Amino acid sequence: MSLTMETATPSLTVNETRIDMIERGTGRPLLFLHAENGIEPALAAIEALAKGARVIAPTHPGFGRSELPKGMRSVDDLSYFYLDLLDQLDLRDVAVVGVSLGAWLVAEIAVKSTQRLSKLIMANAVGVKVGDRENRDIVDIFALTEKEFIDIAYCDPAAGTRDYKALPDAEVLAAARAREATARLAWNPYFHNPRLKSRLHRIRIPTLFLWGTHDRMLSEAYGRAYCAMIPGARFETLDRAGHFPHQEQPKAFAEKVLSFLGGK
Amino acid sequence: MRVYQFTEQPYYPAWNDHAGSLRVNLLNRKCDPRTAADLFHRYYDEWQIADELGLDIMLNEHHQTATCMSSTVVVGLSVLSRITKNARLLVLGYPIGHRPDPLRVAEELSTIDVISRGRLDMGFIKGVPYEFPASNQNPVAVMDRFWEALDFIIKAMTTHDQMFNWEGEYFHYRQVNVWPRVWQEPHPPIWTTTGSTTQARILGERGYVMATLGSGYNTRPLYDAYRRGHLAKWGKAPGPDRFAYLGLVAVANDKDEARKRGDLVAGYLRSSSIVHVPFRNPPGFLSPEDNARLLRGQTPPRSYTKDRRVIDMRSASVEDLIAAGILFCGTPDEVYAQTVDFCEYCGGMGNLLMMGHAGFLTPEQTVDNLSLFAREVYPRLKAWQQPDAAQIGAEAVAAEKPATARQSVRAGDLVDATITAN
Repeated sequence: MSLTMETATPSLTVNETRIDMIERGTGRPLLFLHAENGIEPALAAIEALAKGARVIAPTHPGFGRSELPKGMRSVDDLSYFYLDLLDQLDLRDVAVVGVSLGAWLVAEIAVKSTQRLSKLIMANAVGVKVGDRENRDIVDIFALTEKEFIDIAYCDPAAGTRDYKALPDAEVLAAARAREATARLAWNPYFHNPRLKSRLHRIRIPTLFLWGTHDRMLSEAYGRAYCAMIPGARFETLDRAGHFPHQEQPKAFAEKVLSFLGGK
Repeated sequence: MRVYQFTEQPYYPAWNDHAGSLRVNLLNRKCDPRTAADLFHRYYDEWQIADELGLDIMLNEHHQTATCMSSTVVVGLSVLSRITKNARLLVLGYPIGHRPDPLRVAEELSTIDVISRGRLDMGFIKGVPYEFPASNQNPVAVMDRFWEALDFIIKAMTTHDQMFNWEGEYFHYRQVNVWPRVWQEPHPPIWTTTGSTTQARILGERGYVMATLGSGYNTRPLYDAYRRGHLAKWGKAPGPDRFAYLGLVAVANDKDEARKRGDLVAGYLRSSSIVHVPFRNPPGFLSPEDNARLLRGQTPPRSYTKDRRVIDMRSASVEDLIAAGILFCGTPDEVYAQTVDFCEYCGGMGNLLMMGHAGFLTPEQTVDNLSLFAREVYPRLKAWQQPDAAQIGAEAVAAEKPATARQSVRAGDLVDATITAN
C-alpha cells in the first residue's frame, strides 16, 4: 500500500467546508464514496481502481480530518454536499462507487440528479427499509463490542482488527471520528432513510450491486431486495469478503467495478 | 446547609440474578410487579419519614434497569408533592437530552411546582450514556439538544403575557402558553451536574446549582472553575448554596454497624457499573479526542483519596470510599467530622445530596440511618460556618492556570456516567 494518512493529503473546499480528497490515476472520472469505517481501509481498493480510472476519493465531512458543516446531520444533507462537489469540479460522466454508508450516499445523490453521472456501483449498501417494523434489517452495531462487530462484518476478522496502541495518532482519532460521524448520520432512523425507497425509481442509469457474501451485518436477501428497487440494476457477489468487500478483496472489487464501467 | 435524602428506588431483588447487565437489556421478566409495588410503597414511606425529620428529598429516573425503578420522575414528584409537607423536592435529574418533548416537561414541572406550593428544584441532565439505546435519541450532539430544550423550558415557564413561537434546530412549537403558571418566580431553581471544568465554568456563568457525584477529592477544581465563571459573569463569588455533592451516607451509633451499613449503601456504586459493555460509551457521548484516548487504553483516574491515592469506586472498600469523600460513614461524630472536612476542602458546599438508602439496606436500617443523621448530624452541619465565599472566589481566580492544551473531559459529566463510562 503506497498511501497512508501520514502523507500530506490534498484538500478541497466546498461551500466553505474543507475536506481531504485524494486523486489517483487517469482516464474517466470515478468518485469513490467510502464506508462508515473511513478512507484508510479503502486505500488499497482506491489504488486498484486507479489502474483503470481517475479516482476521486474524498473523506466525508465529519470523518478523518474533514470539517463538518454546521447542521449536517443526515445522508440526505451529505448528498447535497456531493452534488455541489460535482458541480464545483465540473465532473461529467462520473461513475460513482460507494460501500455500505457510501453506497447509501450513492443512492441519495442519484435520486436527486444523475445529470453528471454515468454509472453507479453500490457495495453492501444500506439505506432502505426492507423488512417489517418489528424486524431490523441491519444488525444493531452499536449494541456490539468492536470484536463482535468485526466477527460479523468481515469474512476474515483479522482484516478488520486494528491495534490502536500501535497505530499513528491520526488514524486512532480518525477511527473515533468515524464512529461519531456514522452515528450522527445513521443512529435514528437506523442506517436508512424511510423516504428513499419511494424515490429509487428515479435512478435510470446502469447500476451494479456488489455483495460481499460473508456479510452478517446485512443479509444478501436485503441486498437483492434493495437492488430490485432500482430499475435494471444488476447484482453480483464477491467471495471471501464481508461487509467491506473493497477492504477484504480490493483487487477483485476493482476488477468487478472496472469491468462494469467497461460496459460488459 | 441543606440535606436531600436520595434513593434510586432500586429493584434490588434482581441484583443477584443478571447475566452481566443490570441495565437496558435485563429483561423485565425478572421484575415481579407485586414486589415492585411493595418496594415503591416502602420508598415513599421512607421519604415521608425524611420529610418529617426535616430533610429535603431528591429523586431521579433511569430506564430499563433494576438499579432504579423510577422510569419517570414525574410519577415520583406527583406522589411526593401530595404526601410530603415541607421538604424541597429535587429532581436530579430530568434527562431532557433524551426527551422528545420539552413542552411536556415544562407542563409537568409547572404542575408539580404548583401542587407542592413551590417546593420544586429542577435538575436537568442530558441523560446517562447507556440509556441512548433505550430512548433512541442520537447521542451525537446531545448537548446542543440539551441546551435548546433547557432554553425552551425556561422561556415556557417565564412567559405569561403573550404566547410565543419556537422554531429551533431540534424543537418546533406554536402558540406556547403553559398552564398552570409556575409557583416560584421567575421559575423553580435550576440545577445540573457536570464532571468537566469547561462545563463547570459555563454553569457558573449561568448561575445554576452545580452538583457532582463521586468526584471526591477531585471536586475542588470543578467548583473553582464554576467560581471563576460566576465571578466573570456576575462580579461576585457564588455562595455555597450554588454547590451540591452527592455522597453516600451511613450512620449508626455503633461503629461496626455503621461500616456494615456503609458497605450495603456502597452496593449502589457496585451495581451501577454492571451494564452491557457496548452501551457504556455510545458514539458521540465523549469527544473524538477522549474516545481516541480510550481506544489507546488510556482511562482517566476515577477517584482520589484526600492523600491522592487513586481508587476505583466501583470496587473500593468502605474505608477507601470514606478516604475518597465518596462515602460519609460512621458514628454521628465521625460523619459530621468527615462531612465538614470535605466541605472545607471544597471551599464551601451547601447541599448534601445524601444517598441514605441503597441496595440491600433494610427499612429498619434506613429509617435509623435517616433519623440519626437528622437528629445528631444535621443540626451541627446547619450551625457550621461555611468558608468565606468572597475569599475562596478570589483564590480561585488567582490560582487559574493559563489555558493549556485542551483538557481531557472526564467521562463522567453526568451523575451516573462517572461510574459507568470508560
